[in-house]
Amino acid sequence: MSVTHHHIPDSMLAAYAAGTLPQAFAVVVATHVSMCSLCRAALGAHEAVGGAVLELQDQVAVSDGLKSNVLDLLDAPFAPTTAPARNGIYPGPVVEAMKGRAPRWKTLGMGVRQDILFGQKDGSLRLLYIPPGQAVPDHGHNGLELTLVLQGSFSDETGQFGVGDVEVADETLEHTPVADAGDPCICLAATDAPLRFRALAPRLLQPLFRI
Amino acid sequence: MTALDPPDNPPDGDPGRRPAARGPRRTAPDHAACAPTLSRETQWMMAVRDQRDRTAFAALFDHFAPRLKGFVIRSGIPAAKAEEVVQDVMLTIWRKADQFDPHRAQVSAWIYQIARNRQIDVMRRDGRPMPEELREDPGTEPDASQILAVEQEARQLKSALTRLNAEQRDVIEKAYLGELSHQQISDQTGLPLGTIKSRIRLGLNRLRHELKDLKP
Ligand SMILES: [Zn+2]
Repeated sequence: MSVTHHHIPDSMLAAYAAGTLPQAFAVVVATHVSMCSLCRAALGAHEAVGGAVLELQDQVAVSDGLKSNVLDLLDAPFAPTTAPARNGIYPGPVVEAMKGRAPRWKTLGMGVRQDILFGQKDGSLRLLYIPPGQAVPDHGHNGLELTLVLQGSFSDETGQFGVGDVEVADETLEHTPVADAGDPCICLAATDAPLRFRALAPRLLQPLFRI
Repeated sequence: MTALDPPDNPPDGDPGRRPAARGPRRTAPDHAACAPTLSRETQWMMAVRDQRDRTAFAALFDHFAPRLKGFVIRSGIPAAKAEEVVQDVMLTIWRKADQFDPHRAQVSAWIYQIARNRQIDVMRRDGRPMPEELREDPGTEPDASQILAVEQEARQLKSALTRLNAEQRDVIEKAYLGELSHQQISDQTGLPLGTIKSRIRLGLNRLRHELKDLKP
């Protein structure tokens, strides 16, 4: 366990427990929880509230046959599912989002690379690779962005972010993350809106690069 | 916010919580030493997990299936489809019973996340990504005081929910039934979530205990 200092906001843990987070954010939360005991415990607490809500739910009688149906099915064969395990620097939920493949890095210039894991209408998820000393080009945000460090560290105007740390940035944050000395910084980044990379690509090219 | 803070005394008048020898278990439990003070639900769940006890499973069904049906319908799944979801959740409880760890989660909390997962599967294309699983060493001795503490917290949370005013309780229910976005939850400044701090500490103690031998 690394010591993390930047955690998932409580409202996101609650939304994750309830299953209402956009998929890209949910992968970041599941990844951080895999790395952070504090947030795992906090998620457990939210699930306990959910359990209390379930306990207090108005009961609705089930049909007569349901119980015997279920009891009859207890011996039916089923395919056990196992959560993917960590692979190197990539925790299980990232391995799952990568569908088990190695990263396919595409260069963005200045040594910065990305691998888009998925882009959906409610958000996108990608890996970022930033060489030491290199800045991720300044970008504004249309919505919310979560950046979780998987290797190395970066610093920006708000502080330093090491392995397991999550930076939460919204429209109001103009920041310039710079990878610290040492290993290249590899991050998992989720947004709920397309990014605007000012230094790299004119807006018109965005659909092409899907950034 | 203090609305969900635990009461000084555990709630009285819940006869279902004094299980003693009323459980349906036919065989002597492994956890006899701590069993008399555990809730019925936990005893049933541990019998399902450890003895594959079908009578205990039937008792879990009787307790949870009607609540799950209400929960699923309230979450926006049509009544016609709701029993399918209830059936899937109950089967998952049976099949994944080995993942139930009463040191970390009370039965209703564990079933809650199974139910939410199943509903997410039904309602959208992608399943919910899940954290890596933590597994206890097979030889780990049950820690009765931790299990009881988790149960007591669950009782206090439930009792605290019943003491909220209607408006606050409605917001909590909406949040955990999946009717609010994270932004809406975050905007609910009156939402008494701060409350679960002691529950977080409890979980953290256990995790520290389990993880102390793990290297980064
Ligand atoms: Zn954390």
